[in-house]
Amino acid sequence: MTGWIGFAVRRAAGLLAVAVVLVVVTFAMIQLIPGDPAESLAGQNATQADIARIRAELGLDRPLLTRFTDYVSGLAQGDLGRSFQTREAVSDVIATRLPFTAELAVFSLILVLAVALPLGIAVAARHSRRADGAFTLTTGLLGAVPEYVVGTALVVIFAIMLGVLPAGGAQTAQSLILPVLAISLPSLCVMARVVRREAGNVLSQDYIRTARGRRLPLLRLYLRHVLPNLLTAVMTLSGLVLASMLGGTVIVETVFAWPGIGQRVVDALLVRDYPVIQGCVLVLGLLAAVLNLLVDIALAILDPRSSLAGGNR
Amino acid sequence: MKTRPHPSLVAGAVGFAVVVLVALLAPPLLYDTATAMSDTVRGGSSAEHWLGTDSLGRDVLARVLVATRLTVVLTTVATVLAAAVGIAIGTAVWVSGPRIREVGLRIIDIMVTAPTLIMALVIATILGAGPTASVIAIVLGGSPSFARLTANLAGSVAGRDFVSTARLLGVSPARVMSRHLLPNIAGPLTVLFSSAYAQVLVALSGLSFLGLGVQNPQFDWGSLLNGGLRSLYTTPAEALGPAVAITVTGVFASLIGDGLAATIDPRERTAPRRAPAVTAPVTPKAPEPGALLTVTDLSVELDSGVRLVDSVSLRVAPGEIVGLVGESGSGKSLTAMAVARLLPDELTIRAACLDLDGLDLTSTDSDPARLATALGIVYQDPSASFNPALRIGTQLTEVLRVHGKTTRRKAVARATEALRRVHVRQPETVLGQYPHQLSGGMRQRAMIAAAVLPDPRLIIADEATTALDVTVQAEVLDLLREINDRGTGMLFISHDIGVVGTLCHRVVVMYSGRVVEELTAAELRAGRARHPYTRALLAASPTLDGSAPGGRLATIPGRPPAPADRPIGCAFAPRCPLAVPRCAAEPPPRIGGVACHVVEAAQEVPTR
Repeated sequence: MTGWIGFAVRRAAGLLAVAVVLVVVTFAMIQLIPGDPAESLAGQNATQADIARIRAELGLDRPLLTRFTDYVSGLAQGDLGRSFQTREAVSDVIATRLPFTAELAVFSLILVLAVALPLGIAVAARHSRRADGAFTLTTGLLGAVPEYVVGTALVVIFAIMLGVLPAGGAQTAQSLILPVLAISLPSLCVMARVVRREAGNVLSQDYIRTARGRRLPLLRLYLRHVLPNLLTAVMTLSGLVLASMLGGTVIVETVFAWPGIGQRVVDALLVRDYPVIQGCVLVLGLLAAVLNLLVDIALAILDPRSSLAGGNR
Repeated sequence: MKTRPHPSLVAGAVGFAVVVLVALLAPPLLYDTATAMSDTVRGGSSAEHWLGTDSLGRDVLARVLVATRLTVVLTTVATVLAAAVGIAIGTAVWVSGPRIREVGLRIIDIMVTAPTLIMALVIATILGAGPTASVIAIVLGGSPSFARLTANLAGSVAGRDFVSTARLLGVSPARVMSRHLLPNIAGPLTVLFSSAYAQVLVALSGLSFLGLGVQNPQFDWGSLLNGGLRSLYTTPAEALGPAVAITVTGVFASLIGDGLAATIDPRERTAPRRAPAVTAPVTPKAPEPGALLTVTDLSVELDSGVRLVDSVSLRVAPGEIVGLVGESGSGKSLTAMAVARLLPDELTIRAACLDLDGLDLTSTDSDPARLATALGIVYQDPSASFNPALRIGTQLTEVLRVHGKTTRRKAVARATEALRRVHVRQPETVLGQYPHQLSGGMRQRAMIAAAVLPDPRLIIADEATTALDVTVQAEVLDLLREINDRGTGMLFISHDIGVVGTLCHRVVVMYSGRVVEELTAAELRAGRARHPYTRALLAASPTLDGSAPGGRLATIPGRPPAPADRPIGCAFAPRCPLAVPRCAAEPPPRIGGVACHVVEAAQEVPTR
């Protein structure tokens, strides 16, 4: 039990540190904008009154420390400010946009795992130089294609040339297919290569020879003896993939006009809608940190060698 | 052997050179074409404009080519800065004291997982969208990987002897880093640099694609792709150019990375494949009547035709313990694993007869259930031979449950009983534990329990006592004896002729893939071994009563030949004190259990 408590405390402290850094960074980034943000926001034809109003709204007329405490206490109450552009509460913006992004990321991760695991294990098990070479080349080439290029190509092929799938929006379930494919492909290639390498390592271990000595059916050999030993690598990478998908979605959402948080933050950046940027960066950053934490916890529970898995040594 | 550059490296380098050439030549030659507006707005591809024209009627191909320079320059600057900053941080973290190092590594770990794009959003907010903001964001996002690799590699290299020596000599940490560590970790860093280059290219272009990077009137591939996306429905060719340019250049960079990695790490290299040697087919022979295991003329070959095991014949009678003894590399474990049909695919088995209790082991489609239950195997290294991810109980009951169609409860009951038989106290607890929770001796007992669980006719014990300390070794030997008392035949593989002599009934001595002598354990114990190699082995091992013959342990001069260099004649001849010219010329036949020209001639070597 002491293992659990120590682990929880360490991880919670880590998450807290990341949260503090994020809060400071999102606060500081507005303060660090060179010149007077109010002036540049208001535009060239703005009156003195306009600038003063924007300045007041940004809180620039108050001392730095007051601004920071206001920002933090606002956050504590779930108040992320209001969009300059649309006057919506930023918390509402995030609440409506985030589920779309989460949907993309989760389906993409499922696709990545569903393809990369069997593929990587199968190539490792083949023990064939030719299959290995073809696999390395294909994943290398496909993995180097950025998601926005994949996305553009998918739109051209399936939406414009074949006309079988919608090019954008999120109206139907089919709208999900192309963006998910676009986000998944690069991660899928990386994941498949890692699985192939790890599976190759596992297959050469003595305990796999032991399992072969039991003349198990192949399916049981791979599912029961190989797969659990791949979990550490796969889960660690899944965490990274999910976090990078949060970034990847920013671009893919723009390509497919997907109404997620990424598309919204890019729009906000182009019109300098600072409160929206602040809120989205904060939420995306926290989400990445939480995902990492979840992976760490899952790893600790699943790895029998950690003291947390009910081991009594 | 001279290391040739990997084909990926060559392809990547050539391709990248072309990209650099375009970056140098295109702007002076094509800048005017690329910026000249015309009336053909969003014209599709034509003879005049291969990739069509953009919304202002400018030639897309020329724009893509001209944009090469800005794209390549920005990517290079960002990658170099990320690497420099990362390596500096990594070095600083490693050079500083252990406490700072730990905190530093932890921070780097967190930084590595921070999504670059989110960082880019922050920087773009502060500085406004533009190439400077993109580059800074990418340096921030990319340097942690370099820092982590530098710190980790430095940590692993730093443990090596020459670094400790330098430190003992009072060399300053910074100098240790620059003179001793960096040169040793340059390889992996170069590999990271090439793959980072591809990633930076993709990220930079992505930012420009979003409109956060390069701004009008400047243009790079990303911003061109953005323009192309807007006219995707009318002129898809406009997006094609920049998309291909980004992808192809990224591929070149990753090819360089892959090639470098493969050149540095020879494991990734594909070895030249030799044609398999043609070997005469072996005439099958019938198993010896009354034998539990018959092995006749067993050979194990590499693809190249080199024989690791050469025409080994042996038999195990029911209830008999046969020892297979020899130095490491003598082929004894290969012989055992060939019998168990557990050799890696690269090795070919040939045998006139390989029969276990009526089960033909040469055929690949023999019943797995029968094989799994007729043959129990105790492996060499108990800590590596149990699956670390599965509980002992799962691994012990697996054969029964899969092949014996036994219910879970019955299988657990039998596993408990088997553990009790190998003197494991609290077997129920052990079944619920993972391998790492058991001591080495416990693991080997559990391994033996697993081997005896399905009541096999034969147990192969492959160096079953080698990895254990002496007291545990004695226990395990006792256990094996007890199991044999119940009538289970055993093939006991060991390099320890003393152990073999005490446990076994009969002993087969192997040298360089061949059987050199076969004798009873009684003869061995009585010092009546005849082959010079067996005698040398005996002289080199302490006797169990503690007295060494002649007071001192003898050593055998020289080393066994590699299988590929095995001489035509007796393989032991070069190390044999009794060798005569004939020994090197022709292989000695096995007569009366011993394969030796000299012994054959003398009939009996005088005993000490």
